Amino acid sequence: MIYLDNAATSFPKPPETIRYLNDFVTNIGGNPGRSGHTLSLEAARVIFETREKLTAFIGMADSERLIFTQNGTESLNMALLGLLRDGDHVVTTSMEHNSVMRPLEFLRHERGISYTAVPCSPEGFLDAADLRSALTENTAAVVINHGSNVTGTVQSLDGIKDVIGNALLVVDACQTIGSIPLDMEAVKADILCFSGHKSLFSVQGVGALYVRSGIELTPLKFGGTGSKSESIEHPAFLPDRYECGTPNTPGIASLLGGLTFIEKQGLGAIVDKKQRLSRVLVDGLRSLPGVVVYGHPDRQERLCLATVAFNIEGRLPSEVGYELNRRSIYVRIGLHCAPAAHKTIGTFPEGSLRASPGYFTSEDDIGTFIEAVRDIAGK
Amino acid sequence: MPGNRRFILLFRTIHDVLRAEKMLKKEGARYELVPVPRNLSSDCGMCVRLDDDPARIRQCLGDIEIEKSFAVEGEAYEQVEL
Repeated sequence: MIYLDNAATSFPKPPETIRYLNDFVTNIGGNPGRSGHTLSLEAARVIFETREKLTAFIGMADSERLIFTQNGTESLNMALLGLLRDGDHVVTTSMEHNSVMRPLEFLRHERGISYTAVPCSPEGFLDAADLRSALTENTAAVVINHGSNVTGTVQSLDGIKDVIGNALLVVDACQTIGSIPLDMEAVKADILCFSGHKSLFSVQGVGALYVRSGIELTPLKFGGTGSKSESIEHPAFLPDRYECGTPNTPGIASLLGGLTFIEKQGLGAIVDKKQRLSRVLVDGLRSLPGVVVYGHPDRQERLCLATVAFNIEGRLPSEVGYELNRRSIYVRIGLHCAPAAHKTIGTFPEGSLRASPGYFTSEDDIGTFIEAVRDIAGK
Repeated sequence: MPGNRRFILLFRTIHDVLRAEKMLKKEGARYELVPVPRNLSSDCGMCVRLDDDPARIRQCLGDIEIEKSFAVEGEAYEQVEL
């Protein structure tokens, strides 16, 4: 079996993920911060430790501003629905995932916001000058996909915050976090949204966002927090303002395991390995006759993730995906929940195949995959 | 303040309780996390019971906001400012 769908969910998981998850469900299991007993306290400690570690991981200091969610989609919804008001304008890019486009479209209908999706190059890159010319005096937020889940294109965030005036910079880092170094302070993001189940190695069902000090979001949910229980008013203080109801503590424990694994390996080693896999994969696919690879061709010249969109000329992605699956090679096919990105690279509406190796993929796996594609393309 | 008194420190969130714990541990303070006494607050969470010099402790807690603090003598609680 060769699993090349790590851009959706990383698999397999490191032993630390499984150990922390197992320890939580076997030995802790309590409801965090809701009761005065030891198991409730231990559960709260797991969340606290994960929150502190994750905050440091993104280069920030104020861990109460790191909010746990279910996934990157919930993080982005919390940011966009919590931030945008009637008459606001948003600038975004033509490489966005539906987790940005659908909330924006909802807000356009329901709250009368407007948005401009700045066209990117067919390789998926944004030109900062185009972004600048899309800004209006009502632009409240600039929402940028840091790494494309289709082409693996990494958007440079350098200098963006400096040209967008008072607009807030909201960054979708679902694909980049844990795959390339990402320092929220350095990229000057105001809100950073991401998921845990990709390159942070948690199980599915965990995401987070960091909301920079001074930014107030209207919460998406209201309810029990274990704090100020006598009051009918939802708390104003963090993190409770944005987190209510019983959280996915087992998932958060698994994220702590994932972060512990990354710490042990060193993010640098992980980045190096994925960059190497990305080059082997792209070079291999590009060497095959009849295979079209999307995104930037030279992965040394411009930073790209180990996520590669491709097609075999004259063949439907679904048909090729079926053939690969018969060989126990698992890739993703279709639009990858990002129709805008496929329009940008010229693969709408049929979509493409997408191969995304992970840290546990070997170069031999890539070799086997390339040979399988060669074989299918030759038929 | 007399040295034989204990103190109860209430925080707004479990997050702040655990931040406080992290600092108290580092400081080697004498403390225990206990359920919030019902006569002090309706909160269902935990608070810090301190068996240490409150002035020193206030300093080591840095910018963490203490919601309320009480001096405890036997059954009597007296709200105090740390």
